[in-house]
Amino acid sequence: MTESLLALILVFAIIAASVALYTDELLSAVIAVGAVGFSGSIAYLLLGAPDLAITQIVVEVVSLVLLIRVTIGVGLRLTSGPSSRKRITAAGAALLAVFALFLISLKTFAAFGTPVMERIQGAPSVFYIERGLELTGAANLVTGVLLDFRAYDTLGEATVIFTAVLGGLILLRRKGRKNTGDSAEDAG
Amino acid sequence: MKNRSLITVTVSRWVSPFIFIYGLHLILYGHITPGGGFPGGVVLASSFILALLARGREAALQRLPYPLAKRLDATGAIIFLLTALAGLAVSGIFFENFLLEIIPGTPMRLISSGTVLVNNAAIGIKVCASVFLIMLFLSVLRVGEDEQIRTIEKEEG
Amino acid sequence: MLYYLTCLLFLIGVFGLLTQRNIVKLIISVLIIENAVNLFLVLSGYREGGAAPIITSVTSQSRISVVSVDPFPQAMVMTSIVIGLSVLALMTAIALRIYHIYGTYNIDEIAAKIREKKE
Repeated sequence: MTESLLALILVFAIIAASVALYTDELLSAVIAVGAVGFSGSIAYLLLGAPDLAITQIVVEVVSLVLLIRVTIGVGLRLTSGPSSRKRITAAGAALLAVFALFLISLKTFAAFGTPVMERIQGAPSVFYIERGLELTGAANLVTGVLLDFRAYDTLGEATVIFTAVLGGLILLRRKGRKNTGDSAEDAG
Repeated sequence: MKNRSLITVTVSRWVSPFIFIYGLHLILYGHITPGGGFPGGVVLASSFILALLARGREAALQRLPYPLAKRLDATGAIIFLLTALAGLAVSGIFFENFLLEIIPGTPMRLISSGTVLVNNAAIGIKVCASVFLIMLFLSVLRVGEDEQIRTIEKEEG
Repeated sequence: MLYYLTCLLFLIGVFGLLTQRNIVKLIISVLIIENAVNLFLVLSGYREGGAAPIITSVTSQSRISVVSVDPFPQAMVMTSIVIGLSVLALMTAIALRIYHIYGTYNIDEIAAKIREKKE
């Protein structure tokens, strides 16, 4: 039951993704990619990940605001024609290569419904589930993993957010620092 | 941008405190119910972003001034790092949950997880300030407008 | 089959990344790829009829290791989603700056303008 529902949601996401890439208006493309994100949120809910569902839905709203900020006020129609045939052929070859890699790597995965941790001896997840509450005190095991067992990852992630803020500040401040030589300012 | 819709302004003014409280709930109860520092932080930020979009930059900056946002950003990171270093100082392991031994609390209650709660709060503050700052920077540069004006002038002239 | 569907979503994203010529469309392709990878990771941790990895009572604590889905991919995907948001913010900032300078989102036109300027 869950599997067929998930398949339905994923097919919806695939259709939305195709619409997002091959529509002519940027604003509709942005809204279609929002549909991909929200269907992902529903899928997480079905997969037993309510934390992820909340995070995904909130992040998706903020990303939509960001993307609409990029497209609004700009001419909404696309000016570019279809891609050249040579480029499409090259892309198709790349896709075949990626798909072959996927098929090879899928051999190491169990069928859907059996988590990876059940097939591998001494997987860390088993330890996290069995002793998580006792060692971290957090009843939500995801938070326990995120902020206690694997807090290093969270530290790195905080660094990434900080870098994004810095990058945004540098890219978007109104006046650039005085720089010698050729600057980008006179190009507009 | 001056003639904002009365409905938008009023509704945003009423709704954003509730969004803020929901964000606080997600952060504080993140270790026992679904939620946590990341979604809580983004929800907190979105209450400010709502003010930014509906009532303009001045209204948003009135509620969360730019210097305060910058300081909150740094504060969250420093609290997170300090709890990690405190764990190193107390028990010799970076990110050790040292508070759990001092205050065990009862499982499935608010005070139950030692440093996880502190870290959650730190991450929440940091993410909130960061997302708000990014939106603020994006709202400063008005790219589309002058470009549009230029094309309109070209067409008319 | 679900793995193949996520792979198809991923391939759509890669194809868009390789063929589209508009910067906003490129950003959208990256978002699609990101969603596909996150979905794949969470799917790999699902247990048939599994419950969320949250302990709600003392009785559920004893059964959690048989019932719960894998919390580890979920934690990693949580990090990945937020990193995706900050990467998206950086990409939008770069796109806005490019539009500010060149007045277009089309890569070919930008390349032509750069070539023009060099000559």
